[in-house]
Order: sequence, then C-alpha cells, then structure tokens
Amino acid sequence: MELLGKIGPYNEVADEYDAAASVEALSESKVLVIGAGGLGCEILKNLSLTGFKKIHVIDMDTIDISNLNRQFLFRLKDVGKSKAEVAAKFVESRTQGVEIVPQFCKIQDKPLDYYKQFVCIICGLDSVEARRWINATLVTLAGEDIIIPLIDGGTEGFKGQSRVIFPSINSCYECTLDLVTPKITYPVCTIATTPRLPEHCIEWANEIEWPRIHSTKFDADNPDHVEWMYQTSLARAESFNITGVTKSLTLGVVKNIIPAIASTNAIIAASCCNEAFKLITNCNPMLDDYMMYSGDESIFTYTYKNIKKSDCPVCGNDLKVVKAEKWWNLKEFIEEIKHQKDIQMTNPSLSTKFQKLYFSSPESLRLATEKNLQMKLSDLVGDEEVIVTDPKLPISLRVRIVFN
Amino acid sequence: MLKLRQLQKQKQQEKQQETISSESKVQSSQIRLQKDITELDLPPSIKLQFPNEGDISNFIITIQPREGYYKNGKFRFSVGVTDNFPMEPPKIKCLQKIYHPNIDLEGNICLNILREDWSPVLNLNSVIIGLNFLLLEPNSNDPLNKQAANVLSKNKNLFASNVKSSMRGGYVDDEYYDHIM
Repeated sequence: MELLGKIGPYNEVADEYDAAASVEALSESKVLVIGAGGLGCEILKNLSLTGFKKIHVIDMDTIDISNLNRQFLFRLKDVGKSKAEVAAKFVESRTQGVEIVPQFCKIQDKPLDYYKQFVCIICGLDSVEARRWINATLVTLAGEDIIIPLIDGGTEGFKGQSRVIFPSINSCYECTLDLVTPKITYPVCTIATTPRLPEHCIEWANEIEWPRIHSTKFDADNPDHVEWMYQTSLARAESFNITGVTKSLTLGVVKNIIPAIASTNAIIAASCCNEAFKLITNCNPMLDDYMMYSGDESIFTYTYKNIKKSDCPVCGNDLKVVKAEKWWNLKEFIEEIKHQKDIQMTNPSLSTKFQKLYFSSPESLRLATEKNLQMKLSDLVGDEEVIVTDPKLPISLRVRIVFN
Repeated sequence: MLKLRQLQKQKQQEKQQETISSESKVQSSQIRLQKDITELDLPPSIKLQFPNEGDISNFIITIQPREGYYKNGKFRFSVGVTDNFPMEPPKIKCLQKIYHPNIDLEGNICLNILREDWSPVLNLNSVIIGLNFLLLEPNSNDPLNKQAANVLSKNKNLFASNVKSSMRGGYVDDEYYDHIM
C-alpha cells in the first residue's frame, strides 16, 4: 500500500494518478477468476494477498486426488468436492477481509448479465474451447460498450504464456487462434496396422476398438472404462511386441494430459495477477500484450504484441448498417450490397444465425436458396445480423439491415 | 482502470460502431464454413448435396473419378463440421463399404490432412481435393485395409481387377463390398 503512494518513473498516467484512489480501487474492484485448478489456486492466493477483496471464482470441476500435488488449496478430505467452493473457503479462512464467491458450474451456464458486474476477468483454463467462449462473450459485451479486460494465463509442462486482452481494442483470442498448438494425433493407418509406440496401441483401443465394441461414449472418469481401455491397449501392444503401455500412460493419452509443473503455474499466475494489479491501480504500464515463458531448456521469456486481425471472425468486423426499403425482395438487397462502394462484392452469399438466405455457390446450394431471391426481405430477416461473404474477398461482413 | 479509459477514448475517436444482441449473433465457425463452402472450386466429377435444409454443417460429397483404378465408381462421403471448426478438422467418412488400401471397411479414411496434419489454414477445398486424390492414387504405404494394400504393392493387375469386381458389388477375399457403379 505504501508503494502505491509513490509515482513510479514509468507511470503512463502520472498527472491523473491518485494513490488513495488506487488503494480504494484495489479493495472495491470486483474481479472474476475462471478456473480453480493449477493456475486458479495460485491466482486466488495471489489476488487475495495482493489486496483484492471482492473475488468470484467459477469452475465446473471437482477435486481429484491427482490434483493435490500442486493445487495447494485442496486437501485429501476435499477429494470429490467442488474446486471453486473449497478454494474459496480456504482462501477466505487464510486472508482477512476477502470475500470469495464460488460458482460450481460451467462458464457457459452463466448469463451474459453475470459477466457484466466484473471490472476484470482472469483466466486459468486448460481448454481452448472455454477460452474461445469467454473471449467471444467479452467481445460481444464490448459491443455494448462494456469493456472488461481479459487476462489469460496458460501453461503446458515447462512452457507458459500470459496475455492481456482489451476486447475489441487489441487482438483477441480468436485473432491468434492459429498459434494454438494442435493436439497430438497419430495417423490412422499407423494406429490400425503398423503400431510402433505404446501410444499407438492406446489410440487404437480408444479410437477403433471402443466405438466398434461399445455403443456408449468413453468416460475417462469411469474406472471400468479406463480398465477396459488399458487391458485392450496392453493386449494389442503385446501382440506387436511393444512395451511401455501403463495405466497412467493410457489415461494420459485418452485424456490428452500434459504433466503440469507447479513452478510454471506459479510463474504464469504471478504474471497474470501482476497485470490485474497494474490494471486496477494504474501504477505501472501493462503487458502489451503477450508474454511467453519457456522453462524447459534454461529460462526464457519473450514479450510481443499480437496484431488485431481485421478479418477476425469474433472481433474483426464491426457491424455495418445497410439501409433497405420495406418493399425490397432479397434480390434487390443483394444488388444494393454489390453497388455500395465500401462493400464491393461481386458474388455475395448471405446467411443469418437461423437460415441460409442465398448462397452463390456451390450449384446445389444456389439452387436450394434461389427461391429466396424473390421473397420479401423483411419476411426473411429481422434485426439479427446477416453474414455476407464473397469468394473474392478475404473478409466476411456482418451486416444489420435497417428498413426505411 | 485509467489505461482502459485511455484506450476506450482512442477507440471511440476512431469510429462509432454498431452493436447486436448475442442471441442473434452468428458463430464464428459458421462464418468460416460459409466462406469455405462458397469458395469451393471443384472439378465436375465432385458434387455436393445438403440433405438438411438450413444446415450447412453436415453434407454429402459424391466423387465420380474419371480415371484411375476407381474410374466410374460413385463414392459417397459424409462431411460433418463442429462448432470448433477450423480448430478441429471436418469429420469425413466413406458411406459405402469399398475396397481401398487407405479406407477401412467401416469407412474410416487415412488422409493426413484430416488428422495429424490438419491446420486452420487449410480449408474444405483442400480436404476434398485430398479425398479425390486418394481415389485417383491409392497408396500401399499407409494401409487401413491391409489386404488391399498388399495386393496393390505386389500385383497391380490383380488389384485393378479386385477393385472392379468390388465396385460392381461382390466378394473380394471373402469380404462383400457395396455396389457403387
């Protein structure tokens, strides 16, 4: 608190900086932590010890015995309970004056309004899908002029990253989706006929034998399922003279587990919480906007700014308003789009969330949607957005129609 | 939050933007799919069918090779695209039981860009061209149907005649194959 009283030499807003306001902001700002796992435990601990007083935490998972080595807010007696609830209670009991509200559910289960109450969201997630969801949600909110910064941390073994996303202002998660390391997969033919590694045998059991023999989906949390998978993989491995199929490897392959390293989590969580602290207190310049950390061969970090993609499907194209006459049919509207100077499309295809309006190709879709051309535009579209693409242009356009 | 205010001000100066409620927002996977589908550039031997009105995520491709071992066969594949597209590759299966070294009897296909070499920079067109290539040039190096692969590598003439009889709907090595001419 004392340090916040002094203006640092790098402070970006030195003339507006107010130490008292910073201290107050710290205890008044409501922040959300998504994920109460490896990163989440660290983040919750860091935030509460930094001086944040109003924290929500959301996690759909329950505590597993294998979490206990690094998720230090959990004890043996907590196994099977909600991660969010146990973590919240533990941190509250250790830190004075902190209020942590746990949510034991999926992030997708909360309405848009729930997210509006936070000034900042910090993510310690392990799934690309959840990140994409929260990112898209926050970009949507940014459209309503509610900008909630997203601080995203991620670790994978000895490597990690943290980044700061100001939705709709700088590059979003979707802008850099092609940088995500793909899931390790093996060629089907190798799995099916020429396995060389224990992983090939497990993938064979998982992908080829399981669906052939069982009608239900494989559940990695069901011990019987895992045992079957292990035995099947083992038998396959033996018939090919492959060694090394173990139960933990089986689980690792089918659940796509990468060993988590406690120190990586600590470093990345520290970086995330540092960013949250700087954001709320204005004390120092923030990360702009991506930091990668690599600790597998010596320690190395690198910071750079991702570029906001103008054709990003989530944050790229702002909605464009096109005016239309009430009596227009779809064909007349398409002509209008073709002739608007700032759109300039020659062969547009249009759709909404609910239906395809018109597809210029392939042939089969063109024939199927042709009948819409003569239909009244106002019967086809309300105030939902219309997606317009054109083979000639790399971007897609989000359009809202306003009737005269 | 001063930093954020600064950024917001900058942005507002740049432009005024329109908004839309999230309920009527189109998912990004659908936008990408719309782009991919309308940009397909395929030879006349490949046709697409969309059996469900309003659904572009699930469709059927029919390939009728004009040369090679599989000349004149009519091969049908189902294509399914998930909400995680293009992170996840499209899921493609052969709908008929065919005699092919790289396609097994359940219709699973061994094509690198459908699995380990898929990347979001690839698109539907590349995948369909890949499928077409597999029918024009079956290869015995990555077998899914081992027997077929063995025959192809040892005796090309026998392979060609096996393919012909399988396509007419008949037995090859005690296995019945669908009629696809």
